[in-house]
Amino acid sequence: MDRFLVQRIGYAILGLCALVVIVPILLVIGAILVQGIGALDWEFITAMPREGMKAGGILPAIVGTLVLTLGTALVAIPVGVGGAVYLSEYARDTWFTRAIRLAIINLAGIPSVVYGLFGLGMFVLFLHFGTSILAGSLTLAIMTLPVITSAAEEALRSVPVEFRTVNASLGGTRWQGIRQIVLPQALPGIITGVILGLLRAAGETAPILFTVAAFYLPRLPQSPFDQTMALPYHLYVISTQVPGMPLQIQSGTALVLLVLVLSMNLAATLIRSYFRRRRQW
Amino acid sequence: MNHNAPLETKIRIENVSYSYDGKPALRNVDLAIPARAITVLFGPAGSGKTTLLRLINRLNDLLLGTRMAGQIWMDETDIYAPEVNVSDLRRRVGMVFALPLPLPGTIRENVVYGPKLAGLRDKTRLDQLTEQSLRHAALWEEVKDRLDTPANALSGGQQQRLCIARSLALEPDVLLLDEPTSGLDPISTGKVEAALAEAKDKYTIVIVPHSVQQAARVADYAAFFLGGELVEFRPGRALFTTPRDKRTEDYVTGRFG
Repeated sequence: MDRFLVQRIGYAILGLCALVVIVPILLVIGAILVQGIGALDWEFITAMPREGMKAGGILPAIVGTLVLTLGTALVAIPVGVGGAVYLSEYARDTWFTRAIRLAIINLAGIPSVVYGLFGLGMFVLFLHFGTSILAGSLTLAIMTLPVITSAAEEALRSVPVEFRTVNASLGGTRWQGIRQIVLPQALPGIITGVILGLLRAAGETAPILFTVAAFYLPRLPQSPFDQTMALPYHLYVISTQVPGMPLQIQSGTALVLLVLVLSMNLAATLIRSYFRRRRQW
Repeated sequence: MNHNAPLETKIRIENVSYSYDGKPALRNVDLAIPARAITVLFGPAGSGKTTLLRLINRLNDLLLGTRMAGQIWMDETDIYAPEVNVSDLRRRVGMVFALPLPLPGTIRENVVYGPKLAGLRDKTRLDQLTEQSLRHAALWEEVKDRLDTPANALSGGQQQRLCIARSLALEPDVLLLDEPTSGLDPISTGKVEAALAEAKDKYTIVIVPHSVQQAARVADYAAFFLGGELVEFRPGRALFTTPRDKRTEDYVTGRFG
């Protein structure tokens, strides 16, 4: 066969593959947009649900998701980045650190429902936190940790080793070098990992199913020991558990979740590019 | 350097042997490095000169699997004694590397990095140190109007002099330089060498040169290393014009290496 023809067929197939990647995304977003945009009004995002969730708004679910994501961030960022600093800057290559790395890789592959069950056993029951924002945030944090830790370790390792040598030669301690040079240089990469981890946490249903999510709770959470509604679980509930739910409300809820996640993503990307511009070497 | 003044020893290396993962790099080296002069450590690749240099400010502490015997004294202090604070030692013994390695940030931030880590906050003093160090490194005139611009915008030669200034800002006693001009063009090399010649009145300078020619140009004292052993150590001119050891003669006349 003519080799140019072969090449053209090859391009066509590859192009088709690329198309297959984006078409479903566009379709999903398009469908949600078309069906859900009508549900969006001021009441929808600022009011409590009414009439068995078939009317009113979804405010408690929005607030719940924001609170849970914040709680996850408060736990997962310091622990994840701290662990990454230890692994990259302090730990020597021993069976112990190898075991930690192996655990991180394996943890990243565990299905989220397993985290949910672990959270139920560990936080809700054993530690007596009950079904609460605290238990849910901790569960989401544990699910998020491997993502943040491995991305942050990668980012720290990509900072040239020479900077650490220069720091030492100028009388800096290891920690001073980390604080003054290594961490600032690694920040964009660390933020990327944090974004990925937190976005996953914000959109997950299974881990919060047994640990925090309320089926129907038309008020805002008052303390970390309260249950709360949350967008992903609320979406699941109104899509499968409530008969006769208007499609517009389902799509509208999905749209809000999507916008929330995308705007968090956008905000984090802006922060990252701000720090990347400040980085110079 | 005043040849009539009694020779004051700044660093005394006593019977030092060193190995990486069982591979010997230095064997029983004895060397007395004079104060306020330029001492050159030279020899072919793998002769142990860089290793010795890095032992003097304990940068090799960062490596694993190494083994050291013998002692290194600076002003009657055994620098490997357990009570020695390594950060303090490294502030007194500055190091300049083969490749210019400006830290991220501005020229000024680079110069004051060490003093700030040591706890110096006084703005006037920091400014004074900045000017003084950049002058000693023969860079002040070229950068005085753009101290707050990124350091990596400087040329290679300027960056290397900035690295020298960065070390001098700690007002060390000793300055170690590991092939500081290997990445530079001849004109920049000349400027770095001139800066060193100016700095030697105040500092004890130990340099691993990137060529025999450079060794001969800058040396007040010269130590020739071969296979981890110190072959010959004498005033520079004497060593390069009338080497006593056959191996030194062969090397400086270009018969090998």
